Parts: sequence; structure tokens; C-alpha cells
Amino acid sequence: MKARMKFTKTGSMRFIGHLDVMRYFQKAFRRAGIRVSYSKGFSPHQIMSFASPLGLGLSSEGEYLDLSLEEEISKEEFLKRVNEQMNEEILVTDFLFLLEESKSSMAVLAACDYLIFMKPEWGKEQEQGLLAQDSFLADFEKRKAVLQEFLKKERIEILKKTKRSEKQMDIREYIYQLLPAENGMGKLQEDLKKEGYEPVLFMQLTSGSVINIKPELVLEALFAEAGEEYHSAAFQIHRLEMYGDRNMKKGEVHTLKSNPACELVSLAEYGKWKEKTHVSYVGENLEREPHAAGYYDCGQCSVLGKEQDKKGI
Amino acid sequence: MRKLALSDEILLRVEKPARYIGGEINMVKKDPKEVEIRFCMCFPDVYEIGMSHLGIQILYDMFNLREDTYCERVYSPWMDLDRIMREERIPLFALESQDPVKSFDFLGITLQYEMCYTNILQILDLSGIPLKASERTPEDPFVIGGGPCTYNPEPIADFFDIFYIGEGETVYGDLLDAYKAWKKTGGTRNGFLKQAAKIPGCYVPQFYEVRYHEDGTLSEFFPVVEEAPERVFKQVQRDMSETYYPEKPLVPYIKVTQDRVVLEIQRGCIRGCRFCQAGMLYRPVRPRSLSFLKPRATAMIEATGHEEITLSSLSSSDYLELDKLVYWLIDEFQERGVNISLPSLRIDAFALDVMSKVQDVRKSSLTFAPEAGSQRMRNVINKGLSEEEILKGAMDAFLGGWNRVKLYFMLGLPGETDEDIEAIAVLSDKIAREYYTIPKEERHGKVNIVTSTSIFVPKPFTPFQWAPMVSREYAEEKREFLLGKVKAQLNGKSIKYNCHDADVSELEGVFARGDRKLCNVILQAYKEGCMYDAWGEFFLYDVWKKAFAENGIDMDFYLKRERREDELFPWDFIDIGVTKKFLLREYQRSKEAVVTPNCREGCSGCGAAAFQCGVCVGPEREKEER
Repeated sequence: MKARMKFTKTGSMRFIGHLDVMRYFQKAFRRAGIRVSYSKGFSPHQIMSFASPLGLGLSSEGEYLDLSLEEEISKEEFLKRVNEQMNEEILVTDFLFLLEESKSSMAVLAACDYLIFMKPEWGKEQEQGLLAQDSFLADFEKRKAVLQEFLKKERIEILKKTKRSEKQMDIREYIYQLLPAENGMGKLQEDLKKEGYEPVLFMQLTSGSVINIKPELVLEALFAEAGEEYHSAAFQIHRLEMYGDRNMKKGEVHTLKSNPACELVSLAEYGKWKEKTHVSYVGENLEREPHAAGYYDCGQCSVLGKEQDKKGI
Repeated sequence: MRKLALSDEILLRVEKPARYIGGEINMVKKDPKEVEIRFCMCFPDVYEIGMSHLGIQILYDMFNLREDTYCERVYSPWMDLDRIMREERIPLFALESQDPVKSFDFLGITLQYEMCYTNILQILDLSGIPLKASERTPEDPFVIGGGPCTYNPEPIADFFDIFYIGEGETVYGDLLDAYKAWKKTGGTRNGFLKQAAKIPGCYVPQFYEVRYHEDGTLSEFFPVVEEAPERVFKQVQRDMSETYYPEKPLVPYIKVTQDRVVLEIQRGCIRGCRFCQAGMLYRPVRPRSLSFLKPRATAMIEATGHEEITLSSLSSSDYLELDKLVYWLIDEFQERGVNISLPSLRIDAFALDVMSKVQDVRKSSLTFAPEAGSQRMRNVINKGLSEEEILKGAMDAFLGGWNRVKLYFMLGLPGETDEDIEAIAVLSDKIAREYYTIPKEERHGKVNIVTSTSIFVPKPFTPFQWAPMVSREYAEEKREFLLGKVKAQLNGKSIKYNCHDADVSELEGVFARGDRKLCNVILQAYKEGCMYDAWGEFFLYDVWKKAFAENGIDMDFYLKRERREDELFPWDFIDIGVTKKFLLREYQRSKEAVVTPNCREGCSGCGAAAFQCGVCVGPEREKEER
């Protein structure tokens, strides 16, 4: 049975690469006695995949891992058993079963939210801190003004570096939101503040396999706009959430300006199999899973949505 | 959030930052303020190697069972971080608390191979602890060495306060108790070392003096304080089923060399191969009972979530209940998706049956370690393995579907002739020929043989401790010679030949049988940049050569001499149970190519019976213990 979980990654776990996080979960599931499905063959491995690998050094409260389970298990039970095996810097915060038809979170990923913090050693309190200097980040109004100017631009050119080449790219369309950080953005914001992290910016950016905009690129462009030097070491990038796009088509990117425009749904909802929330007939699938046959939440994935539309439910 | 010793910025600059953050699953957490003794356990090599070592896992668990002690860990920072720590003057820290190593009561360093000696100095240096024991102050931890290289600790004697000689499970408790008592009285550093010297197995090098003959060999070795004994006795854990074993081993975040549950099934070996130091050091062979092993295997699998379990011992095939254990492991764990890996198995019907059950025959290769090519030479080294057995094992494997074979040999064994070397190529070829006697339609493609040679390094406490080591010129010449012979074989194209680096072996040879005069050489080499010598890419042969020359030390003195029968060796003050008389007798028998029976076939009176345990108390007793 396809399933998905959401988790946080903070503190020293920021320095564990995504392949190692995968191994960490594999071992944790075994300790927790969660019956994950295995691939066949002489060296079977657990079937699982990440929505989007988090770069080394970044923190997150919105990571997603898709997995396949051999047993039905309630969300409460799953969270309890897995979190007993976690250290305090990786915690599972949500769990859901997926419609069997749904694509992997990696395939449907369309956008991510990020909260940007100043690190404690660069913050207000510190002599060398960026915020203490004349930076546009130091003052709420100034910050807002720079952001407004920035977002008014028709084009935002950046130099995108890949392993093989460098190329100019206009990223304006892929910045869905860019705002001063506010209280209430992110559940871990208060905890991070206590450690001396100062929230400064919020951004929502296009993500996924076709176009993937890293928050560092936007920061760099923003500092260039403000005519200030960008110190990557000064910022803690914290991922808040990941989204799928209800209007997504394979190989295409729908932005806010596309027709149809993207319709973002958190990966914690996208493709979710909800029992008895909404009855919708989806043909042959009725027989497939006797325990909850036919009880799907409609409109969660494009294929299903269209099927349903046709049948006029 | 856990406090880290390194800044985000540094952690993002170095390769594999997970090496330095600790916090692994099953890491022990204690409040350092609540304990009386802080012990930092060190494996002086990179994290992935150090974390794979069973001995540290056993001692870590054992120390932390004590409420008064918090045992933490440290490994060698990799070269990239090493540079940063020096530039930014960051003191070396333990992984658990991330506190500086210098603030600990003890720094315990395990000495698994000679080529890590410069890494010991790196650990001390980065910690801010004076390199020489004689220069340490009351603020510094006591530096203790343990592990196989302590059986000749003399080349590194200056750097250690104490060497712990023997198995860790035995007298560490006494040492820690003595430390607590000493701390309460507020005595001097020397005062504690004198207490330590009285504990059996503890060797305090600064309490001994060495005198030399004009030719450079030892004339006298004697204690200079009354607390220090003349002979230091190896400590032995007599009953392997009534002792410590970690049930919750640490699980690293990054992939390490040994990324699996390790089950030590027995200690010691009955074989008596004359080149093998472990075979002599860990006598007598002591198996662990099935009733000890089974619950621990289950507990460790459950506490780690590892996907693989491996058996550890010097020769698994000599564990009398191996079949029962292995079939139990398969029944118990295969369904749960746990792989079972079986190193050091003699290839026989049982081994092939088990391996066909636990691994993919097409993808895996079989390993044989004949060690020498000719039967004469196998008799010289007392490797009880005949050509017939090797060929039969290979044939059985081929019929079972394998077509890849790895063969391990040594070059430079005492009394080696060109015929013996050529025999390596011939034996490799014979194995290939066996394969091609199988009808073509039953074969699985071509046979693939990998023949590897390492250079033999004579070690203390082996019958070959008197023997000269071959020069690197010899090793290079013979490697070429063997390569030619391999190519000339009928199946030469099916045999790939690999050879171990001769420069590193030479240095290993010097340190293995070295004396205290080498301390200054190691110190100078370290100061001029030598580190991670076991890692080919960092080995600075020229710097080492210079360090020897400038200290007036001739490497050949340690390497090329055949030692006199009555020579006093630097390690003779250590008593491992096995007597020098027995070793000499074995050396003489090797010269006549006479085989000595293994411990189960008959007792040869090696001296290990003094420990009154394991195979020495007879097979009946062995059975009872099981």
C-alpha cells in the first residue's frame, strides 16, 4: 500500500545527506517493526523515495518520504512507533495512505515554501552581524520596500550553474511568493528563535523535476538588487512545506501565470486516501481494496479528477 | 538542539560532516557533571574505519554500564578538517558531549595496526596533549594504549602513560577504581601510574629502562620502580559466555566499513599458522555458547535495524557448532530480510550449502587463502591445507554455480624459492583448469580468478619473529617474476594478479619488531607531515626515509637480520602464555617444513594452558561449556 510521511530535519541532522537519511529511516522502520515492502531479488531493499532531497546544511519541517507498506496502520500508531526510534532532530509529523493510482511525491512536486533565518552568529546581537549593519534586512519597512521593487521587475536574471554549464535564466515567473517573515510561519519558528535564529524572509518557489529554483539563487538575486554583498553562511534556509499541482501535466510547469495556473496542494493532502470523507465512484477500483473500496477524496490527482468529472460525480 | 564543536560553516566545508557530529542511534547520553570518570575511547583512523571496530563497541558498552563513568568516542579527523583545526586552533573533541578531549580523565587509544602510529600523534597534538608522556601535566588525561600492537609497544612507548596488555573485559574495572581512589587522595600523576603498574596487564613504559649492546640489540630491560613488575602478563577473558557484549551497538548515520551486526562467535584459533600473530596472541581458543549468542543476535538486530549480520572469529569453520548457529540464523532472520554474511569459512560442502542459501551465486565470489603456492611452503608456515582440498573446494564451488574465485598468498615467506613463487601461478592455473573440466553446457561462462599477494611481515610472538624480512627490491623483483609466470599459464588470461605495496610493508616490518629508539623517528616523521600512512595517497616514503636517516636509525637492522636464538627482544617482558621456547621450536620445525598439529588434534605444549580455559582444558570441557 502506498503511503507517505512528513518529517522534520533540524539541528545536527542538517549535516546528514539524503541518502544517509534514507538509510536512517530504513533502519528505524526495522527497529519500529513497521512492515515496509521490499523489492525482490537477492539483495532486497525497502521501497521508498524522497519528494525532494534537502541540501546539506538546510533544515526543514516539511520533508516527505513515500513508502510502500505491507500492513494497514493508523496514523497515530505509525507516528508513535516510528518516533520512538527517532532522535529529537528528526521527527515524523504526519502519515497518510495514498490512492494506489497516485504518482510518487517526487513526480508531483511543484513548489516549496521556505523560511529564511539569519544565523545566531550573524544576527542583531552580534557585532559583525549583517542585521546590525545597514542592511535592508535589518528594518521591516526597508525590507518590504526592497521586496516590492524586486517583485515589480519583469525579468530577474540569474546565472544558473550546473555540473556542465552555466546559463542565464529568468526566474521571475518561478517566484510565487516573497515576503518578509511573519510570526506564525512554520511550527518550528519559535523554537529556532529561542536558539537565536532571526526569521527574515518567506518564499514560495517552483520545484520539481522540470524547473527547480533553489532559495539560495533568489537570495543572491535579491542582495544583488539591493546592492549588498550576499553571505551564504549567514542564512539558515528552512523548508516549510512542499506542494503538488492539481493541474500538473507530465513534463510541464504550471506557474501562477500559466493557463491553467497551478493549483497547489500540500503533499500531505495530494493523493491522500481518506476513508468515508467523500463518496466518489471510480469504476473498477471498487473491487480492489475491500476494506475501503471506493471511498476516495475526489480531485486529489489529475487523472482521477478527470475520470470523475467525466462520470459527472 | 545538540551543541556541536564545529560551526555550520566548517561542517559544510568538510567532506562527510557526519563524521564529527555524534548523536548516532544507541549513543550513550550522560551528564558529564554527574560522573567521576570521563573516558574518551579513540580509534586513530577515519570514522568509517573506527566505527567498524567491534572491540570499541564492547568496551564502550562495558564502561558505560558503570554509573561513575561516561565513555565517549573520538576518531582521527580527516585531512580536510585536520587542516582547518590547526589553522583555527580548534581543539579535538569527543563525539558525545562535543567537549575537548583534553578535559577527560583518560584517553584510550586502540592500536590495531602499526601504520596508524602517526595518527596517534595527530590525536594528541590536536587535543593539545603533550606528545611525550614525560611532558604531561596534571591537566592532561592519562593516555592508555590497547589492542594487538601493544604486544610490542616499544616503538611508541614515549607517547603513552599506560599500555593495557590483554583483553579489555578483564581489568579495566580495577584500573578505573584505582583512579577514583587516587583522585580522592589528590596524589601526583606519578602516584597514579605507580598504582596502575601494580595492576596485572598494565605496563607503564616510563618505569622501565632499556640498555643496548654495541650492535644495537637489547642487553637489558628492567623496571626502575618497585611497583612495576619484571614481566607483564597478558589478561585473558577465560569464559567467553560469561562476559560483556553490547546488545545495543551504535548505528552510524553514514555508511561505514562494517555496516552490520557483528557476532563474535569465538576468540582465539586452534590452527597455529606460523606467520599469524593473532593465532598466537589470542590463545587458547574459547568459543561462546549458542545460548549466549542467540539472544544477543536477536537483541542486536532489533536494537540496530541493521540489514546484515556477520560472524566474527579468526576461523569460523573451527567453531564446533557453526552449522547449528548458521541454520538458526537463516531460519530466524532470512524472512525478516536480514542478510547473513560468513567470512573466513573453509570451503566445504556445508559452506557451499550455506552460501547458496544466503547469497547470489552468480554475483559473489569465493575466497581461498592458501597463503603459499607450494605444498612445501604451506608446510613451512603450518597452513594445514592441501592442494587436493583446495582443488576439491574450488570444484565443488564451480559445480554449485560459482565462477569467480579470489586467492590470497604471501610473498617473501622465510626460505622462499622461485619454485615456491611460481607455484602460486601454477595453483591459480590448476583451479582454472578444474573449471574447464566441466562440460561446456554446464559451465556458467568463463572462470575468473583474482590472485593477490601481500608481502610477509614477521611479527612478534610468532615463530617467525626471528626471521628476516625481504627487501622491497626483492618484493618488486618477485612481483614481476610472478606476473610473468601468471601470464605464461594456460589460463593466464583468466587470472588477474594484484600485489600489495612494498614501501608500506617495509615500514610495518620495522615498527612490528622495533624498539624504543624508533619513538623519535615517528615523532619527526609526524612533525614533517606524515599521517594516515595506511592510506596510500598520504604515505610519504621519502619523509620517512629522511626521519630514519636523521635519527641515525638503520631500517635494515630491524628488517634484514635473522635474529640470534638467544636475542633479547624488546617485547620479551610481555608474557602471552605462549612461551618463547615453543615459538623457537616452531621456527626450527618450519625450517624442516614439519607440520605441527592443531590444538584439537593434540596439544603441542605452547604454554597457553596456563590460562586454564578453552581448548586447553580439553574437548570434553569445551563441550560442557557449550
